[in-house]
Amino acid sequence: MLKMMLKRFLQTIPTLFIVVTITFCLTRMLPGDPAVAILGIEAKQEDIEAMRAKMNLDKSLPEQYQLYITGLVKGDFGYSYSYRQDVFQLIISRIPNTLSLTLVALCFAFVIGTTVGIVAAIKQNTLFDYVFMVLALVGVSMPIFWMALMLVLQFSVKMNLLPVMGMGDWNKGFGDVVSHMILPGFCLATIPMATFARTTRSSMIETLSSDYIRCLRARGIREWKVIMIHGLKNSLPPLVTVLGLQIASTFTGAIITEGIFSWPGMGTMINTAINNRDYSLIQGTVLFSAIMFVFCNMLVDIAYMLLNPKVKEV
Amino acid sequence: MAEKKTQDVLGREANMAMLQKERKANNAWNKLKRNRTAMIGFFIVAFMILMALLAPVISPYSPNAINPGIPFKGIGFAGHPLGTDDLGRDILSRIIYGARVSLIVAVGATLVGAGIGVLVGLVAGYFGGWLDVVLMRIMDGMFSFPFILLAMILITVFGNGVTNVIFAIGIASVPGFARVTRGQVIIVKEEEYCNACRVVGVSDTRLLFMHILPNCVSQIIVYATLRVASAIISEASLSFLGLGIALPTASWGSILRVGRDCLTTAPHVASVAGVFILVTVIGFNLLGDGIRDVMDPKMKQ
Amino acid sequence: MEKNEKDIILKVDGLKVYFYTASGVNKAVDGVSFTLKKGSTMGIVGESGSGKSVTSSSVMRLMQAKSQKIVDGGITFEDIDLLQMSQKELLKFRGDVCCMIFQNPMTSLDPVFKVGYQMVEMIREHQNISKKEAWNKAVEALKLVGIPEAEKRMEAYPHELSGGMCQRVIIAMAVCGNPKLIIADEPTTALDVTVQAQVLELLKNLQKKLDTAILLITHNLGVVWDMCDTVMVMYAGNTVEYAETGTLYQEPMHPYTWGLLDSMPKLSSASKEELTTIPGTPPDLRLTGRCCNFYNRCPYVTDKCRESVPPLVEVQPGHFVACHRQNGVDRLVRGEVNGHGE
Repeated sequence: MLKMMLKRFLQTIPTLFIVVTITFCLTRMLPGDPAVAILGIEAKQEDIEAMRAKMNLDKSLPEQYQLYITGLVKGDFGYSYSYRQDVFQLIISRIPNTLSLTLVALCFAFVIGTTVGIVAAIKQNTLFDYVFMVLALVGVSMPIFWMALMLVLQFSVKMNLLPVMGMGDWNKGFGDVVSHMILPGFCLATIPMATFARTTRSSMIETLSSDYIRCLRARGIREWKVIMIHGLKNSLPPLVTVLGLQIASTFTGAIITEGIFSWPGMGTMINTAINNRDYSLIQGTVLFSAIMFVFCNMLVDIAYMLLNPKVKEV
Repeated sequence: MAEKKTQDVLGREANMAMLQKERKANNAWNKLKRNRTAMIGFFIVAFMILMALLAPVISPYSPNAINPGIPFKGIGFAGHPLGTDDLGRDILSRIIYGARVSLIVAVGATLVGAGIGVLVGLVAGYFGGWLDVVLMRIMDGMFSFPFILLAMILITVFGNGVTNVIFAIGIASVPGFARVTRGQVIIVKEEEYCNACRVVGVSDTRLLFMHILPNCVSQIIVYATLRVASAIISEASLSFLGLGIALPTASWGSILRVGRDCLTTAPHVASVAGVFILVTVIGFNLLGDGIRDVMDPKMKQ
Repeated sequence: MEKNEKDIILKVDGLKVYFYTASGVNKAVDGVSFTLKKGSTMGIVGESGSGKSVTSSSVMRLMQAKSQKIVDGGITFEDIDLLQMSQKELLKFRGDVCCMIFQNPMTSLDPVFKVGYQMVEMIREHQNISKKEAWNKAVEALKLVGIPEAEKRMEAYPHELSGGMCQRVIIAMAVCGNPKLIIADEPTTALDVTVQAQVLELLKNLQKKLDTAILLITHNLGVVWDMCDTVMVMYAGNTVEYAETGTLYQEPMHPYTWGLLDSMPKLSSASKEELTTIPGTPPDLRLTGRCCNFYNRCPYVTDKCRESVPPLVEVQPGHFVACHRQNGVDRLVRGEVNGHGE
């Protein structure tokens, strides 16, 4: 088992390498001279030359590539001229806000989504099933940035119930933090919740119709045990896969929704970066999140191995 | 005995009639027709496509005709059933023309993604070995980029415009197609008929495209249909962020962007555009689910 | 008679199980009756789709879907009406008093839990004992069914065991309780021939030891001859013949039974006689119930067979047949040329 995990861990290395290479190529393809971008168009030629030398832009591409990688290892993701700050520092300062939002949203989505999915699977073809599956369909089809706008319109502009802007302050108490989190959290949770509900339902239905479930019932095992222990554990693998994919897409969703709610996280940062054409910040963020997902996928695969005893032998 | 007409309830005729009925019912299209939810999806999609095709005929105004006298008119304003936007442009006309752009981008991006992804998946799955490892590692790498961010970079590099948006979204969906195809190829290539083909000396290319690909098509179609749904959302997100279709060209995303800026004064602009996006995406999702259930009820994920 | 009644452990009376599907009502079991004595073995034979598996799962009240319903008839187990049993009583009944062995042992165990976990779970579901005691009991049971290195097997996942081994584990689960009835639904079909014999031998030995009744569902007439005291032949949801094994083999009366016996290879006959087959296919179960279901394949068919359902008649004590041509004075003789209806 440990060997398998180690093997999976080592597999991330080439993937990481490819991720870095793709980002490197993209940065070199970006239009305009980064040195000019930092110093401004009116900068003197010598200053630009000096900046280019400082940024290693005067070297050959292979050398640049090598320096780029060594820089990354040291945590050098570039310099953001719109924030006038080191990109890595900037990301590190912003990431907790985004992570707290996405994690809260994902946890709620997972708990509610799977519960609905299980109940819908047990009560297949009843009113409950129909209603929630239609809701789930609308959920997975929802353009969340639009939903965010509509929620802002309804709850903040018209009803003035919830705050629209920014993050809550712990000093103002727990209520402030929660009330700031409700709208963006709900937006982010919509798609994963709906996806979990749909996946759990179909996986559960398939499991519950299999032979061994019938055999468990024939052995007189109580129904809740059949469903919650045997049914659920056998339905988990597809759910884990979906969870892995949802981490990525929720993060992407955060980039858009954060902008709408002025949540001070990575999303707002990248919005600013796009508006200011701050390429080094964009590529730094992209690279950072890509690396994060490589590890996320690894964790998901390991969870998959742990759940499926048959994988061990392969 | 022949004269005596006995009731022949188990006889051949009854059985044949039933068999024929069942054969008819098993035809894919007929099955799809009986799937009520799939048909709802089909009609939504057909409606949107028709609307896009007939845009010049059915739209009451030019989508870009500015009428500064009547900005921000609400739903039901005389002559403008869905109201007007900040520049007094007719929203209904913009939605109708926007359907063209949004659908072309979504379908185009899916075709680009499918074109490259299926090829990669076929080659990787069929030849296996180091080629498979290298190709799939690259796909993994691409898959690791958050979809929107990858499209963002591609658009900042190449600039926006319909073609670039199509390619940005398309390229981001390549790894998905590659994975789906590869998974299916690996199953199909071990089937008896493929071995039979190899035994009689069918060339690799012929085997791959004439025998293996057709047997993967159903999975690819299902994935593509669901992919169109998410490509519509992707286009809207990019345009919404100002990275997609540039104004004044109408796309559902760009209408939403306008709607966002006038959310408090004219909430109907954003609402209407969003409803169209939502309904269309639901349509494609329903259709995709339906096709999947019809093609292979066991393929549930 | 008094004593006889007490001996009876399972009584099925006029059981009808219908499947309600979109394309019509599927009469999977359409009037089946039989009795099973304590410690005896009864076989149910028939081709696939004849309703034998549905009959057996009905005894456990195990329906695969909500669309499957017991619409008529009664099932009595030791004077208890099974159809009136509450869910709670059913749970006690299943797995403890009455155990079931399924066709495919490889899919009968939950693949993601270890054998030991599943056995302990089941034992503790029925008996109020500690985990440790349950574990020991499970090991005992595994040893009893002849599994080598029982302790080690407890830690194995089902996919690490062979088919025969899995079937033994399932039988071991059955003997952990105090089973009065074991329902074996084609227990050997999915196994190798050599393993089949071992599993059947094991069942026989356990039956002697524990004095359980066995309801054996199979389509292998050889197994029936080997194991069973009585046999019921089913065709298209109906009982067509029901008798003691010896009687059935020596004096079969239903044309379908004749067909079945003729299609069985005989080792004794040195000649290379060809095996006979029954021409045609079983009827669509949505269409049955208005005539003799076998008429379209029966060489002895008459008009009466096309018009009404033959009742199950006791032609000799303990020998029941459902055939129009066997319940009159003028009995049909096997191999007779069809002289009626012309």
